[in-house]
Amino acid sequence: MAVGTGRAVPPSAAEEDPVAPPGRARRRRSRPESVRRGDLRPALLFLSPWIVGFLVFTAWPVGYTFYLSLTDYDVINDPSFVGLDNYRAVAQDDDARRAMANTIFYTAFQVPLYVVVSLGLAMLLNQAGRASGFFRTVFFLPNMTPPVATGVLLLFLFNGQNGLVNDVLGWVGIDGPNWTSDPTWVKPGLILMSLLSVGGSVIILLAALRNVPEELYDAARVDGAGFLRRTWSVTVPMISGSLLFVFIVNTIAALQSFTEAYTAFFGVGNTTYSNEAAEFYVIHVFRQAFEFLQMGYASALAWVLFVVIMGITAVQLYVSKRLVFYQGDQ
Amino acid sequence: MRRTAMLVAAGALTVSGCAQGSGGGTAEPLSSDDFAETATAEGPLTVMGFGTADDEIAQQRLQRAEEALGDTEVQLIEGELDMQQFLSSVASGDVPGIINADRAQIGTLASRGAVMPLTECLSQRGVDTSVFVESALAQVTFDGQVYGIPEFNTVQLTMANQELLDEAGLTVEDVNGSSWEDVTAATEQLFVEEGGRIEVIGYDSKLPEFLPLWVHANGGSMISDDGRTATLDSPEVVEALEWAVSIYDLQGGFGDVKAAREIPDFFGDTNQFATGVLGAMPMEQWYVNVLNEVSADAPMAFDTVYSRQGEPIAFANGAAWAIPVGSANPAAACTFATTMVETESWMAAAEARATAREEAGLQFTGLLTGNQEADRQIQDELVQPSGEENWDHAVEVLYAANDNTVAFPANPADAEFKQAWQDAVNRVLNGQQEPQEAMSQAQEEAQEALDERWAAWDEEQDG
Repeated sequence: MAVGTGRAVPPSAAEEDPVAPPGRARRRRSRPESVRRGDLRPALLFLSPWIVGFLVFTAWPVGYTFYLSLTDYDVINDPSFVGLDNYRAVAQDDDARRAMANTIFYTAFQVPLYVVVSLGLAMLLNQAGRASGFFRTVFFLPNMTPPVATGVLLLFLFNGQNGLVNDVLGWVGIDGPNWTSDPTWVKPGLILMSLLSVGGSVIILLAALRNVPEELYDAARVDGAGFLRRTWSVTVPMISGSLLFVFIVNTIAALQSFTEAYTAFFGVGNTTYSNEAAEFYVIHVFRQAFEFLQMGYASALAWVLFVVIMGITAVQLYVSKRLVFYQGDQ
Repeated sequence: MRRTAMLVAAGALTVSGCAQGSGGGTAEPLSSDDFAETATAEGPLTVMGFGTADDEIAQQRLQRAEEALGDTEVQLIEGELDMQQFLSSVASGDVPGIINADRAQIGTLASRGAVMPLTECLSQRGVDTSVFVESALAQVTFDGQVYGIPEFNTVQLTMANQELLDEAGLTVEDVNGSSWEDVTAATEQLFVEEGGRIEVIGYDSKLPEFLPLWVHANGGSMISDDGRTATLDSPEVVEALEWAVSIYDLQGGFGDVKAAREIPDFFGDTNQFATGVLGAMPMEQWYVNVLNEVSADAPMAFDTVYSRQGEPIAFANGAAWAIPVGSANPAAACTFATTMVETESWMAAAEARATAREEAGLQFTGLLTGNQEADRQIQDELVQPSGEENWDHAVEVLYAANDNTVAFPANPADAEFKQAWQDAVNRVLNGQQEPQEAMSQAQEEAQEALDERWAAWDEEQDG
């Protein structure tokens, strides 16, 4: 049972066709390449709507934002080049550091919890039989809720005086905190609230679970493995590719958290009350851009976040090489 | 193939490059002809930040403005002015003809060259600026030039639950702010807590938003009259913050009070006064209208907010019409704005509101327009006693408050100034800092922003 070894090694020509002579293998490898070359033009033609869209609506704005990050720009007047001044200002910006620390804290706790809850629910659904479809829909429904509504809902569910969360805690004798004003509890409240949207990840992991061959579980049972052992040694390795995907995508999403926290603590939920504990990095970027009209500086802040996300993702991918198993690598 | 890819990339860059626009602040200098009624209109007049849905006050005035504009079509971009939307329109070169902005934003927009000075516009339309509420006009006057035309005035009143006051042996005078000691004592008497839960909030000092009101009540100010110097760490400011926060501390802390005040249906018939879960608070005058409509039977008591010297006070804000630099049709925009705020338009609007309220069996609770002449006429000619003493008194004190307003002066760093003091108050409310420390930090942050923006403005003027 070759699970959990992870590292993807390209198959050699001989592995492609063990009985073929070396020369034959080279010919067979080159033929598909020539076929692909011939298909390239029509393929690009079919892809062109996406390519043009990507260039116009993603690549160009990203590139232009980098240019703006080197300027003093208030949107109203023309940008003026200031070199790396904005990046130097970012390095000295205490508020940016605090916002980044908030974001890293949120990400460090939210993502693992999110993945664990997603996996737990997916495993339950995998055992649910006919009821699985109904519960899939139920779990996915909160994903259809606008994030702004989720932000407002947070203020009611986590209300320190009469919120449902504290009511439930009260049943077991716990005097719940003021989730929406105590700086210590603001981020935990946001983390718990984010679990409402696990539905998307649950669906992905459920699909992965259904692809795990039943024979592996049978073999493990014959070997005397219990539920936890089967989960750890069969389930997790076999769906590790999907887990990595969910982990990376949610890490990026967590690092870009904005709407729920902004709504609850800076936007429509509170026009004047705010809580620094909820000021995530993207909220800081947004406020610099659209409240203080410092679009050049905000662009520099955004590029710093881009680099941070790239770095974290690269580390995740590097570490995953030793941990993730892809079935195609067998 | 490489050539094809290059063509695709070049095409994409060309298309996206076209969307950059020319931005604002670079338009040709204005001449007096720009506002002349004979100026050639260029297409429709787009109005951003103004809507008319179910609002006879807006509908009546819009109708009169459209009549004044003749053939020029008016296109509304409804909803509150969204700065993101406005800036996007400026960046793309598709500047709206006129905007309806928060008066507090005018100084910032003016200092960055985003809106036109309107002195010539007002002069050519024969508008007597002395009709505007003085504090409202000051809010839109930046460095000696008028950049906005005020409309509406928002003031605070003391609102209280008379039944709760009676049960505690208090009167509305005990919670109108004339004596902070009395308010503190009343808070303790009115406050009810059971099992760790707040059943009745005794008094809500409405932080962070009403700190300027309490500072003014304490005889202080948060910024100099010329808008150049922040005074956020002055003794009057710190003392006002300490007192307003102490009101929450008496009731278990801000966190508990905030949580308790978020629960009631603020705009419905189970609001905090109708359900008897709030003793008293200062609140903007528009809420009188809401309460009268949804819970006319609530045992309400009203008064102005008083300074510690016993004078009625209010910290005012409102909206203003401003014409963006680059507006395709400044003459039409000028006509539109001046018509919207002229006394006759307000009277027509108020008559429509009074009629609608009468038909609905409701009291007309007055209208604060930002135009003193219109306010007086509306009060004299359209406000009728309802026979309900508390509601009639509400309207009386509403006009009294309107006669005693102050506001922050226009300055080029309003957003940064506001964030500095509000963040400071929030740090205190969240238990992160003491008032003196928080306001000292706020003073530093606000003054740095003011210095930077004023320096940029002064340099531009000198250049």
